[in-house]
Amino acid sequence: MKFTKSHEWIKEIGDVYHVGVSNYAQEHLSDIVYVEAEAEGNSIDKGERIGTLESVKAAEDFAAPVDVEIVAFNDALADQPELINTDPENEGWIVTVKVLNETQLDELMDEAAYKDFLSTL
Amino acid sequence: MEDLKRTPLHDIHKRNGGHIVPFAGWEMPVRFSSIKEEHIAVRTNAGLFDISHMGEFIIHGPEAVKFVDMLITNSVSSLENYHICYSPMCNDKGGIVDDLLAYKFNESKIMLVVNASNIEKDFDWVVKKSADYDVAVENESVNFAQIAIQGPNAEKILQKTVASELGKIGFFHFRELTFNNGITAIVSRTGYTGEDGFEIYMASASAEKMWLDIMEAGKDSALLPIGLGARNTLRLEAKLMLYGNELDDAISPVEAGLKWAMDINKDFIGKDRALREIENKPARTLVGFEMEERAIPRHGYAIFAGDEEVGIVTSGTFAPFLEKYLGLGYVSRSHRKRGTQIEISIRGKNKKAVIVKTPFYKKQYKKN
Repeated sequence: MKFTKSHEWIKEIGDVYHVGVSNYAQEHLSDIVYVEAEAEGNSIDKGERIGTLESVKAAEDFAAPVDVEIVAFNDALADQPELINTDPENEGWIVTVKVLNETQLDELMDEAAYKDFLSTL
Repeated sequence: MEDLKRTPLHDIHKRNGGHIVPFAGWEMPVRFSSIKEEHIAVRTNAGLFDISHMGEFIIHGPEAVKFVDMLITNSVSSLENYHICYSPMCNDKGGIVDDLLAYKFNESKIMLVVNASNIEKDFDWVVKKSADYDVAVENESVNFAQIAIQGPNAEKILQKTVASELGKIGFFHFRELTFNNGITAIVSRTGYTGEDGFEIYMASASAEKMWLDIMEAGKDSALLPIGLGARNTLRLEAKLMLYGNELDDAISPVEAGLKWAMDINKDFIGKDRALREIENKPARTLVGFEMEERAIPRHGYAIFAGDEEVGIVTSGTFAPFLEKYLGLGYVSRSHRKRGTQIEISIRGKNKKAVIVKTPFYKKQYKKN
């Protein structure tokens, strides 16, 4: 599992990857009540908007951790967007993606490095 | 970052885990736990709010009533002493300078409670307009702290802190009471949530003691501190106006559906436009709508009917108690009726919505 400085994570699941937002991000946003993501088949460059999370208070975009193609949206989030609050780094995954540029994964933080990064915020 | 003001309760909020954000020039708690949880607590039990950022002006003098009757759209001359009215205050063009509460102590003393974001603008306006009247206008905002307790159990909890019978304070009435802790405060049966409850005005130096004593009195009832996030979702479910969203300097009380807070049998600043709009009907009007497709409408999003842009969203949210995606907005007159299908443009996609009856949540006021 790798993390970005903007608090997304990406995790290998078989031959695809799951993308979501970190526990830190969900604590910051609180009360997620709506999630949407770019349509299946769309290619998104690293750092570009991959979707939007809406808390009661505000809408926040989240970004592609690396260059990706969207494979599927986590349909469970349509009825239970709060999964992102309760289990952000497992059941609360947001999209399944194909990674288009694997070398970019090496530029991301591993869990320990992300934890260090959080302690600086 | 500009210098943000802090309420006298700032340190308590930090100790209680308040998430502090800038709001209208103040550092205010947006939430303590979660907005949803705090919202539900106020609807089903009770919550305590620090609203010390609000502004208070005192109008003194023999012509206090005469002046305020001209200044605001609603009538203070017809109010009894120790009664309150809600009112827009208009500019010369009939747009809204602010919306406020007017507390009538007697014929020569009225307190106006105004929005934090407008204190300076309002004070300049009120002073300017007072020139021809035998009154003195004082901005007492920094000297007053304000705490609100709201919810079905608000009276029961607050009653533990004061000997005087709170049941005798009617809806939109107030008293000056001395609490068991010795603090004297203005207590009104008012609020901004759609629930029964009280707003308490006291000297800033007394705020911390008052807050702690009310929290202690509410301990057995699970009284929660509530942030501005839930204050906004609560007022939105009850269709209470937020200045800067539903109201601004260009919008009129008639457009906003506030004709009920206007007395056209007296003169007031902005009356010409009000009369014109009552006669000819305003071109746009404030409506409530419910999303039919899941999505959250937000302030500033465009409203469409087919290909035609017919209005703009002023506020929107996921409503935590009603569990619906709701919004308020201005639409052209021909699209105002209940049941009208509209679409909200959200991040480039049009999402279906329908105009519904408001308020979304029936206010639970305790009226005599």
